[in-house]
Amino acid sequence: MSRIVVDPVTRIEGHLRIEAQLDGGKLTDAWSSGTMFRGIEMILQGRDPREAWIWTQRICGVCTTVHSIASVRAVEDALGIEVPDNARIVRNLIAGSQMVQDHVIHFYHLHALDWVDVASALKADPAKTSQIAQSISDCSKSSTTYFRDVQRRVKAVVDSGQLSLFASGYWGHPAYNLPPELNLLAVAHYLEALEWQKDFIRMHAILGGKNPHPQSFLVGGMSTAMDPNEPAAVINPERIEVLRDLARSARRFVSDYYIPDVLAVAPYYKDWFSRGEGLGNFLSYGDYSSGDQRDPGTFLFPRGVVLGRDLTRVHPVDPAKITESVAHSWYEYAGGDAQPKHPSAGETNPKYTGPKPPFDHLDVDAKYSWLKAPRYDGQPMEVGPLARMVVGYAAGRKEIRDAVDGALKALNAPPSVLFSTLGRLAARALEAQIMANQLEGWVDQLAFNLEHGNTAIFNAARWDPGSWPASASGFGLHEAPRGSLGHWIEIDHKAIRNYQAVVPTTWNAGPRDAQGVRGAYEASLLNTPVADPNRPLEILRTVHSFDPCLACAVHMVDARGREYTIPRIS
Amino acid sequence: MLAPGTEMKDALERRGITRRQLVKFCSAMLGTLALPDRFLPQAMAAVAKARKPVLVWLEFQDCAGCSESMLRSSHPNVGEAVLDLLSWEYHETIMAGAGQAATRTLDRVVKEEKGKYLVVVEGSIPTAEGGIHCTIGGRAAIDIAREVCSNAAATIAVGACAFDGGLVAAKPNPTGAVGVHEALPGIKVINMAGCPHNPANTAAVLVHYLTFNDLPAVDQYSRPLFAYGRIIHDQCERRAHFDAGRFVTEWGDEGHRKGWCLYKMGCKGPEATFNCPIVQWNDHTSWPIRAGHGCIGCASPRFWDHMSPFYERLPSVPGFGVEMTATKLGLGLVGAALVGVTGHGLASTLRPAAPPAPPPDSVRKEN
Repeated sequence: MSRIVVDPVTRIEGHLRIEAQLDGGKLTDAWSSGTMFRGIEMILQGRDPREAWIWTQRICGVCTTVHSIASVRAVEDALGIEVPDNARIVRNLIAGSQMVQDHVIHFYHLHALDWVDVASALKADPAKTSQIAQSISDCSKSSTTYFRDVQRRVKAVVDSGQLSLFASGYWGHPAYNLPPELNLLAVAHYLEALEWQKDFIRMHAILGGKNPHPQSFLVGGMSTAMDPNEPAAVINPERIEVLRDLARSARRFVSDYYIPDVLAVAPYYKDWFSRGEGLGNFLSYGDYSSGDQRDPGTFLFPRGVVLGRDLTRVHPVDPAKITESVAHSWYEYAGGDAQPKHPSAGETNPKYTGPKPPFDHLDVDAKYSWLKAPRYDGQPMEVGPLARMVVGYAAGRKEIRDAVDGALKALNAPPSVLFSTLGRLAARALEAQIMANQLEGWVDQLAFNLEHGNTAIFNAARWDPGSWPASASGFGLHEAPRGSLGHWIEIDHKAIRNYQAVVPTTWNAGPRDAQGVRGAYEASLLNTPVADPNRPLEILRTVHSFDPCLACAVHMVDARGREYTIPRIS
Repeated sequence: MLAPGTEMKDALERRGITRRQLVKFCSAMLGTLALPDRFLPQAMAAVAKARKPVLVWLEFQDCAGCSESMLRSSHPNVGEAVLDLLSWEYHETIMAGAGQAATRTLDRVVKEEKGKYLVVVEGSIPTAEGGIHCTIGGRAAIDIAREVCSNAAATIAVGACAFDGGLVAAKPNPTGAVGVHEALPGIKVINMAGCPHNPANTAAVLVHYLTFNDLPAVDQYSRPLFAYGRIIHDQCERRAHFDAGRFVTEWGDEGHRKGWCLYKMGCKGPEATFNCPIVQWNDHTSWPIRAGHGCIGCASPRFWDHMSPFYERLPSVPGFGVEMTATKLGLGLVGAALVGVTGHGLASTLRPAAPPAPPPDSVRKEN
């Protein structure tokens, strides 16, 4: 029996440490630890709620925008502000393009190297790679010459002895199964995706001035002024055309590269359709409204809870059932750590009790993470693309059913394979496709409104803090690329009194709760075989399949620990 | 211009790039640095060197936004940067290896490339309670930073957090976060302030370093003058509206639709320096003011505390109205900026823990 430590877990956002117990070639236990804390919530106190989104946006630069959206929604909920339809569409476009881009980057640049052996690509026959490429996709970049050039470029890097980011990979690891030709294909598409993502995200530059951290949100709407006849308007007919081109480029990239590549790689790793299952409980707040954001019935991705892998039943979501435990987190509750608390009753006092650095191991029997342990109705939940696809599938949503059934048919597999490491990877790709197909529709709606004289982008009724009540509280929910996100705000005399966020990666990467029940990462690693403890590629595969984002996950802090009322339920 | 000599030809073939690509890239970099074309042969020769300089990228209390910003870089694109320009050997967000394989790589660079490699630091460094708020591989961020930066040729601090602690160091700074400069006094560091850093500027600094074996000229905050030497207001595409007295007074109003000046909506352009309006973002597509929102002064020292509240109008900026000449206006603005900085320093010391938000259209009182 031995202890494996992976720290830093790389190709993620943030600082994650995994400790795992290896016994007889399999993992028998695992502990997930977030090792960085900033305390952004303390910093927010006393500031103008209208600018909270600018601050919370910096919770994360990878899923940039998601904390802006949750934040403006929370303030709008507290102050009773409805945003114009155009603002809803622009927010959908910003968040939707974020989701597609984020999923593509995750697959090609963060996750692919767990499945693709770059060194093996040198042994490929470019002509055969070309044949494979042409058989799986209509993509025009598929000639023998193209793949030979990529191979030559990789060879030049290898021959130089300076392997750059690839120097430390586990090349030649026995768990790599792809033939050299597919490895070459994937390396070529790694580079193509790097190019595409930076071009595509100009969507955010147009609608937000820049990416990361676009700067166009407002409590009450967006700053993207619209005018059909004005060259200086942020949204005008010319910009609409650029947005439409970009939306189409997303659809093309996902259908020409992302989906075919996932379907081509998956059959070589069939074992991973039954590994990395984890909790089997899935939560989705739902999002991307086609009408009224307060009506979950209008959502592209529906709201719901699926328990115990039971696809026949979708339970409703009640935000009052969300709690967080600190029994194994570096915080303390005044009334003792045994009782979990609702985020609106958020009491959080950071108290590090871990080993003094430098250290070799955490004391996993005590507290071992800067992440709290969120629970829904007392149970741990998985959130993210798989949760959204599972909830949507169980709810019978046509786009989601069609996408999932199509992929299952292509892979000749039953729905049960969804509950796995590869299931997560496939769900993310299918979700990217559904979203990429949706983007142009939103551009069309915006164009229609522009053409018909509807240029309202901002509701000014509550911009002046003089119009606010003495105190107010609210919350904003969002489905971010990595899963369900909620912000809770309390406003007192025009300033932020308390701010709380429960974040996707906190759900997934959180530690055990007071009952010792494991979080999603921890549960998913059980029974995973590890061929070489010094090169734990298998741990990376499953942890990466969740797309960790640790900067988001470390809970924000209410230093004073007041009791608040349970938020209204929409 | 450089003749395509055999040596250069070989070097390019080894890299799998064309001479045309190299000329284009180096020209773009010299343009950003405001350097003349005569340096082009030197820049090209430096960039095409057979053995690439090693770069390591450290992340501490960060949001990875500066890493992401680098991934959005067009000149060079990240493929060029990683494969052609530098040997980018450690960067947790995108490197192949994890755990010990990663930390061993970093150890090897520090030992074998001592005094020769470049370090980029992203994120602030926590100093409270012995640095327990950020550990990597069981080591405190401050210890890693000290070892890696003190053995490097130079350190490039990217983003507001690595510059001066950024958002993490905003009041009440719960983790004792500081920037690289403050965490490691005496280390040679250049600050690429901004939230995030602009990758075009950081790439230009890298090319400058490769070409001249030195960092470009800097201001009193160790920010390169080519990027942080000019006031945003003076470079703003909406400046003519300011001079003519045409202002946005409500989001979505006629002035907003017509791209008028955002000063009255809290824009910090008149107090902030950065070349943001010129280099812009995401392949020169846009920048925040073009997206209809005021500047938040993200490249300025301690901007989170000093530039907020972000929707509050700056104290009266001299030079209103058409009667002012450009020269007078310029002089007035420099004065205003200096007053602003001093005033802010005081204001921030006196800032109460929970100030009530002022009415939206009030003029901020400087203490």
